[in-house]
Amino acid sequence: MKIVILGCGRVGATLANMMDRAGHQVSVIDYSSEAFQRLDPDFKGETILGNGVDEDILIRAGIKEADAFAAVTNGDNRNIMASQIAKEIFHVKKVVCRIYDPIRERTYHELGLETFCPTTIGAQMLAEVLLSEPTAAKAARQDEKQ
Amino acid sequence: MYIIIGGGGDIGYYLTKTLLNQGHEVLLLEKDATRYQALSEELGEAVVRGDACEARVMEDAGAKRADVVIAVTGEDDDNLVICQMAKRRFNVNRTIARLNNPKHEKIFQKLGIDITVSPTKAILSLIEAEIPTTRFVPLMKLRRAGLDFVELRIPAESPTIGKTLREINLPRNSNLALIVRNNQPIIPNADTMIQEDDEIFALVSPEGEDAIRKAFGALG
Repeated sequence: MKIVILGCGRVGATLANMMDRAGHQVSVIDYSSEAFQRLDPDFKGETILGNGVDEDILIRAGIKEADAFAAVTNGDNRNIMASQIAKEIFHVKKVVCRIYDPIRERTYHELGLETFCPTTIGAQMLAEVLLSEPTAAKAARQDEKQ
Repeated sequence: MYIIIGGGGDIGYYLTKTLLNQGHEVLLLEKDATRYQALSEELGEAVVRGDACEARVMEDAGAKRADVVIAVTGEDDDNLVICQMAKRRFNVNRTIARLNNPKHEKIFQKLGIDITVSPTKAILSLIEAEIPTTRFVPLMKLRRAGLDFVELRIPAESPTIGKTLREINLPRNSNLALIVRNNQPIIPNADTMIQEDDEIFALVSPEGEDAIRKAFGALG
């Protein structure tokens, strides 16, 4: 699969490395060249320096031939705009957009964008852990039984 | 009218001042604390500190009863989101966005922003209008009609000089609205004859632009 990833932060770089190792054709866009240092030394994909809401940069990254696009910069609005360009202008089949702000995430989800909100998901997971029985207590009780 | 403006840069500031003077109810939103301080000293309660991209800020600003939301930050992605959130969440009737990159016009239109204003493009067309060698100047886009309002100056070598409009093959969906000759306006009809240096104002579909340039020999 040809995948374009916007944002080479921790998430973007990890995703790019994973997809590259899985044998996909990956292009990563970031406006800072230092960000590309997060990629594996043997990363075989392409790195493109530039602004991800600029159509020319997206074209250089191969958005026209892309099967999938993920927007994971640290700016919600940048991700939203780039994802909409990928979807509406370049008709990329699979577009995923990370949005930290839960309200914004809901709005764009309703608008038909495939969105992902780390804030809600992270908080939910933390809540589950907090409300579950502490592992130490569980172990102690099991000891009593024996 | 109640107008909410997102982004308190120079454009946001002067826009707020002008609209207040015109008697409108205006609220300017600025997220940066230092900039907000400076703005509030002059604009008082007309400026509020907050990010216009945030639904809660817009809710408090009374976005539901706003007639217009104008996004004039220096970032196109922020302007897009301000306008889209205003439209989708708060049903604001008219949204206006500043475009920093003129190439974003198409995507903004496609995504439902009512009006876009590109200072870059405005300056470019001013330059074109001021340079005498340029003979074809797009003046205005009539979006709902799908037409452009353009200006042409007839060059000396134009094949249309001495011909009447009846004799000139105009592209379909185009219409000559006005000819300005020696500073006099002329409402053209089929018998109007074209002369050198005529300034022609025409309505033309985007596809017809090249044809009309060729027809008048105004290729500059």
